[in-house]
Amino acid sequence: MRNEQSSDRQLRPGRRHLRGGWALGRPKEKAKDFKGTLRRLLKYLSPYRGQIALVFTMAVLSTSFSILSPIIMGKGTTIIFEGFLLKLQGVPGAGVDFQHLGRLVFSLITLYLFSSVFSYGQQFLMAGIAQKIVFKMRQDLNVKLHVLPLRYFDSRTHGEVLSRVTNDVDTVSTTLQQSLTQLITSLVTLLGIVLMMLIISPLLTLITAGILPLSFLITAQVAKHSQKYFADQQKALGELNGHVEEMYTGHEVIKAFGRERESVQKFEEINDRLYASGWKAQFVSGIIMPLLSFINNLGYVLISVVGGIMVAKRSIEIGDIQAFLQYSRQFSHPIVQTASIANILQSTIAAAERVFEVLDEVEEAPEPKEPQVLKYPRGEVRFENISFGYQEGDVLFHNLSIVVRPGETVAIVGPTGAGKTTLVNLLLRFYDVQAGKITVDGIDIRDLSRRDLRRMFGMVLQDTWLFNGTIKDNIAYGREGVGKEDIIRAARAAHADHFIRTLPEGYETVLNEEASNLSQGQKQLITIARAILADPPILILDEATSSVDTRTEILLQKAMTKLMEGRTCFVIAHRLSTIRDADTILVMNNGKIIEQGNHRELLARGGFYAELYNSQFSTGGPADSPGQES
Amino acid sequence: MLKLRSYLAPYMASVVLILALVFFQSLAELLLPTIMAEIVDIGIVQGDIPFIFKMGIWMLLVAAFGMLCSIWGSYLAAKTALGFGKDLRSKVFAQVESFSLQEINRLGTATLITRTTNDITQVQQVFIMLLRMIVSAPLMLIGGIVMAVSKDARLSLILVFALPLIALTIYLIASKGIPLFKAIQLKLDKLNLVLRENLTGIRVIRAFNRVEHEKARYEEANRDLTATTVKVQRIMAAMMPAMMLIMNLTAVSIIWFGGIRVDLGQLEVGDLMAFIQYAMLILFSLVMLSMLFVMLPRAAVSAARINEVLEAETEREVKMEAGKVIEMDVGKDVGIESKMKAKEVAGTEAIEVRPLKKTGNQLEKEKQDLPLAKGPVNRERELNGKMQSEGALLEFREVTFSYPEAEMPALRNISFAVQPGKTTAIIGGTGSGKSTLLKLILGFYKPSQGQITIDGQDIWTMPLKDLRSRIGYVPQKAVLFTGTIADNIRYGNLEAGAEEVRKAAEIAQADEFISQLENNYEAVIAQGGQNLSGGQKQRLAIARALVRRPQIYLFDDSFSALDYKTDAKLRKALQEVTQAATVIVVAQRISTVWNADQIIVLDQGQIVGIGRHQDLLQNCEVYREIAGSQLSQEELA
Repeated sequence: MRNEQSSDRQLRPGRRHLRGGWALGRPKEKAKDFKGTLRRLLKYLSPYRGQIALVFTMAVLSTSFSILSPIIMGKGTTIIFEGFLLKLQGVPGAGVDFQHLGRLVFSLITLYLFSSVFSYGQQFLMAGIAQKIVFKMRQDLNVKLHVLPLRYFDSRTHGEVLSRVTNDVDTVSTTLQQSLTQLITSLVTLLGIVLMMLIISPLLTLITAGILPLSFLITAQVAKHSQKYFADQQKALGELNGHVEEMYTGHEVIKAFGRERESVQKFEEINDRLYASGWKAQFVSGIIMPLLSFINNLGYVLISVVGGIMVAKRSIEIGDIQAFLQYSRQFSHPIVQTASIANILQSTIAAAERVFEVLDEVEEAPEPKEPQVLKYPRGEVRFENISFGYQEGDVLFHNLSIVVRPGETVAIVGPTGAGKTTLVNLLLRFYDVQAGKITVDGIDIRDLSRRDLRRMFGMVLQDTWLFNGTIKDNIAYGREGVGKEDIIRAARAAHADHFIRTLPEGYETVLNEEASNLSQGQKQLITIARAILADPPILILDEATSSVDTRTEILLQKAMTKLMEGRTCFVIAHRLSTIRDADTILVMNNGKIIEQGNHRELLARGGFYAELYNSQFSTGGPADSPGQES
Repeated sequence: MLKLRSYLAPYMASVVLILALVFFQSLAELLLPTIMAEIVDIGIVQGDIPFIFKMGIWMLLVAAFGMLCSIWGSYLAAKTALGFGKDLRSKVFAQVESFSLQEINRLGTATLITRTTNDITQVQQVFIMLLRMIVSAPLMLIGGIVMAVSKDARLSLILVFALPLIALTIYLIASKGIPLFKAIQLKLDKLNLVLRENLTGIRVIRAFNRVEHEKARYEEANRDLTATTVKVQRIMAAMMPAMMLIMNLTAVSIIWFGGIRVDLGQLEVGDLMAFIQYAMLILFSLVMLSMLFVMLPRAAVSAARINEVLEAETEREVKMEAGKVIEMDVGKDVGIESKMKAKEVAGTEAIEVRPLKKTGNQLEKEKQDLPLAKGPVNRERELNGKMQSEGALLEFREVTFSYPEAEMPALRNISFAVQPGKTTAIIGGTGSGKSTLLKLILGFYKPSQGQITIDGQDIWTMPLKDLRSRIGYVPQKAVLFTGTIADNIRYGNLEAGAEEVRKAAEIAQADEFISQLENNYEAVIAQGGQNLSGGQKQRLAIARALVRRPQIYLFDDSFSALDYKTDAKLRKALQEVTQAATVIVVAQRISTVWNADQIIVLDQGQIVGIGRHQDLLQNCEVYREIAGSQLSQEELA
């Protein structure tokens, strides 16, 4: 009864089967390394060895008791039947032997009670174990995510990572909770039933066993057929979901170009295919039950008839027939269940494997053993012959050397692109350079702890760098042990105090990535306030103010100019004055540094920068249009 | 839930038939124990072996009959439930496609996607369960009781105790467990939220050493979820053992009291055996029936979410047409020839299937358009490299617009005119209303006051389709669709031939990178255009607008991802094509706008300046401020 309808939309469509008997015939998921993954999964179970043994014991006991009961109940029927027969034959004083029957009834009640108690105890214990294991698994995953390099996250979608932490773990959880004990119960039941049936009557057992291959044959046949339909259905469903997502997110464009009809037509086409494969899959897998139940009934009839003849000839007791009928009814159930659990186990192992894959990812380079500490950083940054690229063979920086003395400004110029992200990635060590080194005050940044390194940088960027917490926390982050007074002073200096106070919760307003009532510009002002308070030696800032209204923009400019004084700055520059006055200009295009030097040098070179400068900032204005052509 | 019933109408006959089949199947199931009782009471007691055989054959026939009913029912149920799901999905999708922008924003894209896919699947799944299993439960319950009473009414008194007991147990356990299931869902959502925030904010978290804090937050959510899950699992663990216990004890009491009845000669042994089986059937049906109470609320939630979509307002056009003709009544009438691939120039009809009633005016226009599009003269002209189109006079007359529930209007009292063949640039900060203005022209929103006219006609008096067919829109975020490059460009004009597509790409400076792709124009774009760079997507979006040869071009900050060289080349090429057309460019950079024939400066929804670059520098303070932040002192002089 587990709610599989997780509200998360990142679910892989293929993974949402109904559990239980219906899992039969669905396409199987296979693990790459079944044994290895199973072994690792068992390792998670090993701390609970004792408890699991107890669970299994209880499962075995509970099942055994419930298997024993039909035969006792049958004895009861026999007593009644015999009493009845004697009476019929007119034996005086004859009747049902109620003393004997009472003893049987009493032992039956005891058996049932124990069986239920053990069955409950077993599930009760397993709930604790399963959830603790899953808790640990989630915990391990999360801890791991925090030490994975940024490269890991940049190279896959959030949905992919999320799906492993939620869906795959969920699959493991459900299996631990339900399927594991079910497997034990099924096997014990199967064994027990065969044993009991043999005890009662080898001949009748033979008849039942003769029907068994028929069940297998049908199950296998149906499964074979339905798999194709399920695969088609899954494919159509995937396409349909893709189309829906695409059309809904592109709604504006569809409207603007008046293509609603085409969109609906395509949907119809996929929907038709989904229907065609869907109902067949549903039907084919749906006939397993009637077929099996017919075969069951076939057995039932055969046993009734043969058993009836045997009783009539007094070669078997009537209660035994009754017990046998009950056993044979239960017989196919554990078989079907075992088959479907085998399927579930397969997909569970595949899920567990995906979880382990994350846990096996290469971690970030470890922190230096004895990190150097810069007590009073001056902010001299050097890039010494660094090379870097995100992918093998795609080199963005090749043998790049830059010297930035304390208080100097580096302007990064060029069309928007990966340039500034790369710079932040390298300076803050989200990525490590492939060759060469970056130093701050002469110390390789890899010899500093990441914490200390990142504290040296203040960032005022377009994609606002705020974390989940109150505005106060966000501003105060820069320095430890600051009072409310300092925070307000910094906010005031950043021209942020006013708008913060207009918020209902003021400085206590909680920021989160999803729903925030702050505008882009306001968020940026908060980051400036933070930088003012933190007083970092090095700044990375972004002049582009495209998402800020004109008035805020002016405030921002003022605050930034003040902030930059006396600090080493890396500026994503848009203002001509900033660029011209910069000590070093890095000209970037398509994420690569293509030219480097100061304004004069670069102009003299007559390369990309010169061209850019002339097209962007040529003095003539519209008079000598078109400006772009010069 | 009930409201969706109307979508069941076409399947009513099937549903009735399924019910009948389930009834017969249940009947067959109920008959078997009775026949068996006959075997015992007559065949065995009297040692009548031929009778046992005869009855055996009867049993087989009855079982086979039950199976056939069941299989037929299963077939019908699959077709009915899936068909119902299919219809509903179509309806919902068509409905969403006809939503206005306002409506889709109000509900939210993410939830609409879930509603179209998961929610419908959920309803469909419950429906099939309902048809296949749960419907048979009450039949079995009633049938079982009837049979049991007919065997021995006195003995049936046991059931009077057993039934309420089992119902009460189910109720007690479920009423404790089910609310917790909801709590689990919420807690799982919470855990996912933390995780998602961890992923999206990973750089911030690391840069600000918030890792420990986030770990603690996650652990708390995880612990909370685990605790609740354990609790609910432990409660639910009681369900099956309790059910089994009650059922088994019922069976035992039947044996005991049945024994007494047999002893008194009031009951036959075979009937006693049958009675036990009926009792089990009855109790089991009750368990099945209780599933209904678990599943129905869940399906009801989904159904309500679907209904909300179906009841939401659609865009005026579609609604209006729905009254007259079919329009969005999607469906089979439109053939499966649905891929965006309309045939080359030949097939105008391919898209003209719309059963939209055309005004005389429109027909006239199409008559003019058609020969233009097809005529050899025109084609030659195009091939010569001119994809020009004649512009239209676009006018804003005192337009004011507020988003629903907004305090302040997004645009206030806007008036201006754009002459054909002229370029108007709109500049201003974020939130100044630039993009909103373009969306008003597209008819995405209706002005609260004032009029927008094209060649003197209010755009709200012409069909949206007609309005939008005049406009080539390049959105801020270049949205592309799965399909080939050519498909995507042709999206602007389904009749465009290969040559036109290529030409448009050339003007948009996309031809070069396309020719470097494998399969060139037939290269497949992945969902959301993930395999293209931002600049490439933008250029394709521009080509898509160009191939439309519209009267009015709307560029919403459409050059931002281009590098300077491409930008310059593109603009030069564009100038030639758009010479005669009406062009509106929204921009952030002064350098983008200073050549425009007319620059409109927006600030907080109002026009604060209108004119050419030099005039504005002198007269408009806001413009000067913007320019001041982007240009040097000398440039301002």
